[in-house]
Amino acid sequence: MIIERRWKKWVYFYIPMTVFVIGTLFPFYWMFITAIRPDAELYRSWRAANNAPFWTFHPTLEHVRDLLEKTSFPYWIWNTFFIAVVSTMVSLFCGLLAGYALARLKFPMAGTLGTSIFVTYLVPPTLLFIPLADIIRSFQLGDTPWALILTYPTFLIPFCTWLLLGYFKTIAKELEECARIDGATRFGAMIRIIFPIAVPGILSAGIFAFTLSWNEFIYALVFLSSPEKKTVPVGVVSELIRGDIYFWGQLMAGALLGSVPVALVYSFFVEYSVTGLTGSVKG
Amino acid sequence: MAQVMLKDLNKKYDEVHAVKDVNLHIRDKEFVVLVGPSGCGKSTTLRMVAGLEEITGGEIHIGDRMVNDLPPKDRDIAMVFQNYALYPHMTVYDNMAFGLKMRKFPKNEIEQRVRDAAQLLGIQELLKRKPRQLSGGQRQRVAVGRAIVRHPQVFLFDEPLSNLDAKLRVQMRVELKRLHDRLETTAIYVTHDQVEAMTLGDRVVVMKDGWIQQVGEPMELYSRPANKFVAGFIGSPAMNFVDVTINDAGGSITAETQGLRLTVPPAKAATLRAYKGQGVTLGVRPEDVHVATAADPAPYSFDTTVDVVEPLGSEILLDVRAGSATLVARVEPTVRVKVHESVRLAVNADRLHFFDVKNEHAI
Amino acid sequence: MKKPIAGGSATRVEVAVARPQASSRPQRPGLLENERVLAGVLLTPTVVLLGMFIAYPFVMGVWLALSSTSVGNPGQFVGLKNFVKAWNDSIFRTAFWNTCWYTGWATIFKLSLGMWLAILLNRNFRGKRLVRASMLLPFIIPTVLSTFAWRWMFDPTFSVLNWLLYRGGFIVNKLPFLSDGTYGLWCAIAVNTWRGMPFFAISLLAGLQTINPDLHEAASLDGANAWHRFWHVTWPLLKPVTLVVVVFSIIQTFSDFQLIYVLTGGGPANSTHLIATYAYQIGVATGLLGEGAAISLFMLPVLFVVVWLQLRYLRRLEGA
Repeated sequence: MIIERRWKKWVYFYIPMTVFVIGTLFPFYWMFITAIRPDAELYRSWRAANNAPFWTFHPTLEHVRDLLEKTSFPYWIWNTFFIAVVSTMVSLFCGLLAGYALARLKFPMAGTLGTSIFVTYLVPPTLLFIPLADIIRSFQLGDTPWALILTYPTFLIPFCTWLLLGYFKTIAKELEECARIDGATRFGAMIRIIFPIAVPGILSAGIFAFTLSWNEFIYALVFLSSPEKKTVPVGVVSELIRGDIYFWGQLMAGALLGSVPVALVYSFFVEYSVTGLTGSVKG
Repeated sequence: MAQVMLKDLNKKYDEVHAVKDVNLHIRDKEFVVLVGPSGCGKSTTLRMVAGLEEITGGEIHIGDRMVNDLPPKDRDIAMVFQNYALYPHMTVYDNMAFGLKMRKFPKNEIEQRVRDAAQLLGIQELLKRKPRQLSGGQRQRVAVGRAIVRHPQVFLFDEPLSNLDAKLRVQMRVELKRLHDRLETTAIYVTHDQVEAMTLGDRVVVMKDGWIQQVGEPMELYSRPANKFVAGFIGSPAMNFVDVTINDAGGSITAETQGLRLTVPPAKAATLRAYKGQGVTLGVRPEDVHVATAADPAPYSFDTTVDVVEPLGSEILLDVRAGSATLVARVEPTVRVKVHESVRLAVNADRLHFFDVKNEHAI
Repeated sequence: MKKPIAGGSATRVEVAVARPQASSRPQRPGLLENERVLAGVLLTPTVVLLGMFIAYPFVMGVWLALSSTSVGNPGQFVGLKNFVKAWNDSIFRTAFWNTCWYTGWATIFKLSLGMWLAILLNRNFRGKRLVRASMLLPFIIPTVLSTFAWRWMFDPTFSVLNWLLYRGGFIVNKLPFLSDGTYGLWCAIAVNTWRGMPFFAISLLAGLQTINPDLHEAASLDGANAWHRFWHVTWPLLKPVTLVVVVFSIIQTFSDFQLIYVLTGGGPANSTHLIATYAYQIGVATGLLGEGAAISLFMLPVLFVVVWLQLRYLRRLEGA
């Protein structure tokens, strides 16, 4: 170990680390404190003698109640959840099969196909949303969850494929060769041997696909219009602001509650997701 | 139990011709070892028998079936891999039972067979463990166990011992041999280690650059190598090679180089006479060179200078120089010589080998 | 046909049951045993979905950009008119330069802060796992939602940041965070940095952890100080990871939409638009699909260069 003096440790480590932690987490704290603060405290002039801007002595659930009772927020949560789960499943299904084929099978054009899937990963939704809106309209899918369930895989599949392809390559080829000699077909070896071993990779791909679809904004903004069909991000943006007036208490309550599901999913599998994330970067 | 026939077997990758016209008849219950340096095509040959590589040309028969177009699962073979390829998400029991389950054997028979195989290999205690909880040697046994529960027609081994440490490797080698004697199943075994090849094989196939160099019983390969490659590959320390010129010295044929002159033994004299005035390669195994005594005839003795002395306990290896030629001699542990000293050595006349310089065939 | 299992087998298991049918009948190999057929089958769902919702819209986007289509009006081919019009539009030009400016600075900040954070996280300290996990929160939480928190923090009347600066004695008058174009863009850069830095930090941390600590000790024995150790040992080994992360981040930032949409909506007076938000305003809000598609296609050359560099780099890695 490289030994260092105590004051140096404070200057080079504790102080910057503290600044990073506070800087990263403060907005979430602010979200929380705003969500439980009564309106009278919220809208007080910034120069007023506000003794406790970082704390409230009158916590209230009023904003949360309003959000749940007076807006379509529960629908949004359900819509987002449903869309995220289904599109994650679709993408995992496609990504597993495609990733396996690209990692293991020899066939003409394998390299080209792999590269083009990778390139689509790099085509941002903001480049495609206008023509896609037209296509969705002509398929008569506008304002239905299917508009998103079918389009989210466009950025989830390449992501899942590449993450899983990397994972499959770490699995010894002999395992499935042995399974095939043991009596399995190619397909059977893939299902019974390789996929079970790839569960950690599948989990991390699934978690990220889920969070990516939970966070998606522009497609949802463009393809959905009825208030009760919206997803959380779009609903919060378009329905909680009436005219020019921002109801900050409700907005922050919505932001907080809308973040809880992803934060939960993430925290349950934090180790998987971190390894998956870093693995995909290295791969 | 079955014989295996390889007919004009060929494998070409895009640019590499990995296996060339391999013809081999492996008899029922025979243990055949394919040996050669890496890239010689031995593993590719094995994988073609297994059905893991497509066949570019030729035929493979297992038993009385042509299996060229059969997928691996229908060839009724079992294979042990170098990295064991144990399924990490299954217990040892499930690993061993997998092949039987795939073939829809009844449950009680699967149980019976797995228990029997486990007992045979001494791994009954491990059946509930996962592969990652096993040592290298235990994994090796499980891999073998998984192969034998199936009672396949042919066992295939792809360098199964090379991930073990030296001591365990010797032990497993003996066990494999014992196992084969009991199971009497045809086996094809690939290794790059000539000691493994010699000790395990009923017959050994030496390969190089995709060609079969020689097929024969271990001692046959050792004492009558077909060419210079086989001669150098089989035996440790490797055979000494010296480039010599054949001369006719009034009745007897001699092989000479600067500082070394040996008479060609009468048995070989007739054939070597044809090479008079030309160069050939003389081969002599270190164990066929010893310190000369009075009993050794002069035509087979020569003076050398010692370069290196390597005492191994049971024997001593001497690196010596005779003129321009360098040789290794394997001598008795009682011999006392020091570096830079001169010592007179002799060869066993009837164990001299001669090879054509151009095609390297044995003469 | 199969021979019965010989009694010579060591385990002497008498096989009472007949061998299962499946293996005793000479089989034709299934079609899926053929590698090419199987690959085709496995790739079909992906290719169909991506073809339908990426390749087709892409081609259609190009067609739209070359036409005068608007909502309810099929439009006709107008050549490069939309592109020319966009380029002569001062708001578009602002948006274009904003995008470059935004991407450039945000990437620089994310990389340097992310690297710093990664080095800090690479040390052993109590609660490391918790800190590491919580650092990723900004990256995980929906951008739109966290950006709202920032917008509230930048609120013209009730900004907590202004309050802090005022109480700290740094300012006398409120800073016009979002009501001034220049301030607004820097605020967006700050929020983007806040959101993207954890991804950099965690990826670089993974890279750092693959570096053998012996190298650092050897270097310090050779007399290298901390900065030298970073520059000569850490950085060269981190370069491959860094490049991948930077490329990824550039693409994300260059095509960013939601952050600006929520934070400033492109205002005040269209001074903080990015290409994507402006394309949305023209293409969706105004309904001029053709012009909107043309505007978003302006992203393509930049993305193309970045992707091309990335692919070339990947090739080189594979070749090595």
